[in-house]
Amino acid sequence: MYMDDDGRRPSLTPQLALRVAVVGGVALMAFALIFFRLWYLQVLSGDKYRAEANDNRVREIKVQAPRGEIVDRNGKVLVNNRTGLAVRVTPDKLPKDGAGRHRLYNRLGRVLSLPAGRIQKSVDRQLKALPYSPATVKQDVPSQLVYYLFEHQEEFPGVTVEQVFLREYPHHQIGAHLFGTVGEITKEQKGDDRYRGVGLGDRVGQSGIEYQYDRFLRGRNGASRVQVDALGNLRGQLRNVRPQQGRQLRLSLDLDVQKAGQAALGGAAGAFVVMNVNDGSVLGLGSSPSFDPNQFSKVLRPSDYKRLTSKENGEPIVNRAIQSAYPTGSTFKLITASASLMGGLITPDTVQYDGGSLKVGAQTFKNAGGAVNGPVALRKALSVSSDVFFYRLGQEANGHGDGLLIQKWAHRLGIGRKTGIDLPGEAKGLIPSPSYRNKGFRHYQRCVKKLKPTPQQIAEGKCGFLDRPWSVGDNVNFSVGQGDLAADPLQMAVAYASVANGGKIVRPRLGQRIEDSSGRPLQELEAPPKRNSGVKPEFRQAILDGLRSAASDPGGTSATVFKGFKIPVAGKTGTAQKGGARADQSWYVALAPYPSPKYVVAVTFEQGGFGAETAAPAARKILAQLFGVSQNGPVQGGSAPN
Amino acid sequence: MHAAPYGTSVTRFRDAAGPARLTGGLDPLLLLAALGLMGCSVYTITQATQADIPGDPHFFVIRQVAFGAIGLVLMLLISRVDYSRLREWKAGLYGLLIGLIVVVYATGSVARGSKRAIALPFFQLQTSELGKVLLILALSAFVVDRMRRLQEKETTSRIMLLALFPAMLVVAQPDLGSGLVYMSIALAILFVAGTKWTHFAALGAIAAVAIVTVMVAAPAMGVQLLKPYQMDRLTAFVNPQENPAEQGYQQSQSLVAVGAGGKTGRGDQATQTRLDFLPEHHTDFVFSVVGEEFGFMGAALVLSLYALLIWRCLRILTVSKNLYGTLVAAGITAMFMHQVFINVGMTIGIMPITGVTLPLMSYGGSSVIVTFMALGLLQSIHAQARETAFGKGRELAL
Repeated sequence: MYMDDDGRRPSLTPQLALRVAVVGGVALMAFALIFFRLWYLQVLSGDKYRAEANDNRVREIKVQAPRGEIVDRNGKVLVNNRTGLAVRVTPDKLPKDGAGRHRLYNRLGRVLSLPAGRIQKSVDRQLKALPYSPATVKQDVPSQLVYYLFEHQEEFPGVTVEQVFLREYPHHQIGAHLFGTVGEITKEQKGDDRYRGVGLGDRVGQSGIEYQYDRFLRGRNGASRVQVDALGNLRGQLRNVRPQQGRQLRLSLDLDVQKAGQAALGGAAGAFVVMNVNDGSVLGLGSSPSFDPNQFSKVLRPSDYKRLTSKENGEPIVNRAIQSAYPTGSTFKLITASASLMGGLITPDTVQYDGGSLKVGAQTFKNAGGAVNGPVALRKALSVSSDVFFYRLGQEANGHGDGLLIQKWAHRLGIGRKTGIDLPGEAKGLIPSPSYRNKGFRHYQRCVKKLKPTPQQIAEGKCGFLDRPWSVGDNVNFSVGQGDLAADPLQMAVAYASVANGGKIVRPRLGQRIEDSSGRPLQELEAPPKRNSGVKPEFRQAILDGLRSAASDPGGTSATVFKGFKIPVAGKTGTAQKGGARADQSWYVALAPYPSPKYVVAVTFEQGGFGAETAAPAARKILAQLFGVSQNGPVQGGSAPN
Repeated sequence: MHAAPYGTSVTRFRDAAGPARLTGGLDPLLLLAALGLMGCSVYTITQATQADIPGDPHFFVIRQVAFGAIGLVLMLLISRVDYSRLREWKAGLYGLLIGLIVVVYATGSVARGSKRAIALPFFQLQTSELGKVLLILALSAFVVDRMRRLQEKETTSRIMLLALFPAMLVVAQPDLGSGLVYMSIALAILFVAGTKWTHFAALGAIAAVAIVTVMVAAPAMGVQLLKPYQMDRLTAFVNPQENPAEQGYQQSQSLVAVGAGGKTGRGDQATQTRLDFLPEHHTDFVFSVVGEEFGFMGAALVLSLYALLIWRCLRILTVSKNLYGTLVAAGITAMFMHQVFINVGMTIGIMPITGVTLPLMSYGGSSVIVTFMALGLLQSIHAQARETAFGKGRELAL
């Protein structure tokens, strides 16, 4: 290619044409590449990217749904909601450095009067469980504090205040043990089918009725969809989904009966159950000492928790009606009677002589109070609570067949097993038997051999209290509800109910009906009886008559207590020795109105002494409320022994 | 060889009747492409930046229109000048190029961590932008001077070193994007001038070794030649999800924006742009805004205008009255192609983020004005060619 110095070029040379073509080809290919890429991105994958863009900008702010209310059988509100202000911290807005966070917690701690260390610990724990959701610092704060936080917002980065619904218990201590608590869903629960549809940070029932009926009580959270920019600033409201309150739960509980029951316990350690014998619906179920569940609505302080669980305070948190099992004393005679009748040891009219004591081997078992009742048949034996009559049955049963006659019938009547009430955490209790005792004794022997405890340590039960193998004497004790037997008031109520309801072993029930918020029924909660006791009707009648006699005939153990009471009551006292210097466990189980009882009332006091002295008068107070009769002056405590 | 007299005078040209009169010797299609792109830019920036500065929704668009107007005037002025004169000032132009870049080090203002611009009363002059045109003019002149010895290795290496020197200075600002544009310009000028294929093969080998050295070997020995963020940008596009927080974030958000635009765009619903998820949406990532707001249709329109622009560049390159014009046009073509493909490729995830503007579309005085200056040179080449052809009694085909 010739060119002059000026670089003049005559025309397009083939070489230049080729090179320009190459450049043009490169441009063409690049354009083609870009077009194909754009086609792929925008036309073929447009929907995907549009969804991603929306994910970017839309934040859903959860709007907590209030839980359903819990009402008693008459619609009186037992548990409702109030709104509270919760102070929370949002993880992504917190200072990134540890020192900055520490300063924030210090400032926050001063405002909320919480130690900074506790805030930090609690926040860290919550953020570890649910990394991206806000952590609650304090649940229920007064509004002045909130104003202060708002006014000094720049000093509290990441701190927000949210309105939350908190459970409120207008009757405070009444029914405290039943309702249970509500708390944020845990990681373990999240995987459970029970909690399908529950989001992180949502609150669900964690115990009691709240747990049992959580499915109905929890509402459906609403959502407020907002648009945010890249810095997370709010840039407009999109759409709201209103929260839906949970269903209302109607309990079979009768608030007035419950109040009367808790008043009758009067703060002494004990429990009571009021149940319809026919369908197992519970009208009252209480434990003493009680507590105010409103304190659970706030973040519970460790000191409060300690107070609720300490032995010195009588462990108010424990629901003694279903979680504490005790020896039942003579109230157990109903079961021994059923077993002996069904096992053919006696008929309802078999007369035995009660000479005041019974010698079994080297041991002599005496009537309580040293009474001598003479010749007695079953009805009389129940009425005057002849121990000797039942001692003998216990002795005979031990030699009868496999020796487990009473144990077997106790099991059939619901002792030593869960009643199936709609409350979590029920205790099973214990039916003493040779295998139980012998196994315990073997353990005791090994323990003594290995640890060589001092006599004091043995007395403290370091190796357990089963310091000898099973003997006939154990069965004799068992027959009158003493010794190792452990049953709770609800189990006794179920066993007694079976005498009055045609032999049904009912499944106790607190939940009655699911309703909408205006009280319209949506679903009845039914609990078919678990099984039939198998005790023959004539035997049941004989036992019921004996119980009636005990509460009405002269010489009956609780006749004085129910003297002048308008409603005919059938009932049995019980006094269980607990060994050592401890006061006796006092029991009373009543069926009313005789002759076709509708309700069973079981009352126990841990340190009540004779059943007729404390438990029976308490039962009378409850029955008076239940049947709406006046008490006719002060209730007399009976003084007759069992 | 033609022996016809080439020296045609302006007077004769003006006296002549013909289509050239209507446009004053300008290439109407090139002008159309430029004005079309400027219009797209103004409209896009209006849409994208209305909420960026609270209380002043027109802040960016007013400035962009002003830059466009200044650029347009400058383009018309330059088109009236015979570019061939500039060839004589090659040393001065090259000196000015180096000088401007060095001055930035002394007096430059810092923008987003880089020292790139000289503060003028009206705007920040990014000297690396102006440098592109200066480099094109100077390098083309050097190549024309050594045309007889073009096949020598020395020529190729000299030209490449002449480009590499300012490129390195610019990369150190740090402005990696412009540095790479400088190298593209040099390669294109050599390529169109007719440098041997073997030289390009050798340059390719050297480039490969250099890339390996800068990106793999040197860091392995503890020497960081690139700033870490430049490195991230260059590598992030390979897998944007891997580094979503920093450089990958920009690219991911850009992809989402372009993709979300779909066939016809989201208009007012263009949330990636309007809610600031898309960074730099009026400058480097303006094409993502086009993609999101106006969809495939809008993007296709803009790309078509660029296709038109590049076609006209190549056309003007071929009709130039002299080699100098051809090479200047080649440099400008390379500059446009490089910036368009790198910038658009970056927004759609097929190119690394190197921080080059999209000519005429991106907001920014230096970029817009320098682009118009380049267009002015092209128009000058076109006008001169037309005049020459007219003088030869030939009508230039469009």
